[in-house]
Amino acid sequence: MIALDDLDRAILRALVEDASQSAGALGRALGLSQPACWRRIRRLEEAGVIAGRRLDLDQAALGFGVTVFLGIKLATRGRVSLEDFERAVTAIPEVQVVQHVLGRFDYRLRVTARDIADFERVLRRRVMTLPGVGQVEANVLLSEERRPGPLG
Amino acid sequence: MQIDDADRRLLRHLMADPALPTAELAERAGLTVATCWRRLERLKERGILRGEEARIDWRALGWEVEVSLRFTLDKTNPRAFDEFISAAREVPEVIEIQTFLGQTDLRLNMIARDMQHYQEIYRERILALPHIADLDALMLVATIKESAELPL
Repeated sequence: MIALDDLDRAILRALVEDASQSAGALGRALGLSQPACWRRIRRLEEAGVIAGRRLDLDQAALGFGVTVFLGIKLATRGRVSLEDFERAVTAIPEVQVVQHVLGRFDYRLRVTARDIADFERVLRRRVMTLPGVGQVEANVLLSEERRPGPLG
Repeated sequence: MQIDDADRRLLRHLMADPALPTAELAERAGLTVATCWRRLERLKERGILRGEEARIDWRALGWEVEVSLRFTLDKTNPRAFDEFISAAREVPEVIEIQTFLGQTDLRLNMIARDMQHYQEIYRERILALPHIADLDALMLVATIKESAELPL
């Protein structure tokens, strides 16, 4: 685990907002030289704090108007291995996120679809046919907001 | 809004690796650098490509616990959602706020340093949020897949 100072936190906050800005531009905004800013970004990447970058796309404009979260309880734990379920579920292209959780469900999935009819197709043909799948709860995403988190 | 096959190709490669330099991206998408650049600019102007954001791995910063808190709110109060959401924004450990159509009205994704810290936040900040009718928690064990990619 690495220790962060105020400048590191400011860099993280800025990159969460806009990861396309150059080390030079970001450094100028924070009163750092380009090489100093670049070294700090490198250090955050190497420590795994910056885990990657993702595009912010208007999914609806690209024809993916529906996002649904599924909670899945496995019906036949023990008989079907978790690995079989995980291998099959991660191979579904519409499934963007798979999380193994503890609680009312065993897995949490984020599914993208063109519309509700398309979601129904994914649910019936791909999800309900997964090995070991039991109870499923679906919630349609209406709005989503990412927060900066505890970055001071 | 229409995008063509070349845009789709370009976005597919860019989603897989948002840090790709334009020259490399152009080559993979089978476009000239100038065309590739023009198309990217066009996607930005149309608001389809909104930007790029860094992903923080909170575990690398010592935040070991991640919990998905799912709420049903008391909908007899018309201000329930607004008041709940503004109060939730005041909790720094909340890193995501989502609203749904379904059994769950709202979900908060929150992080904590360890279980004791989680218990503190849960008792002092989460249970103090307004208009809660019911809640349950899913504790993250492992993220098996996480991608922002769309099956274009």
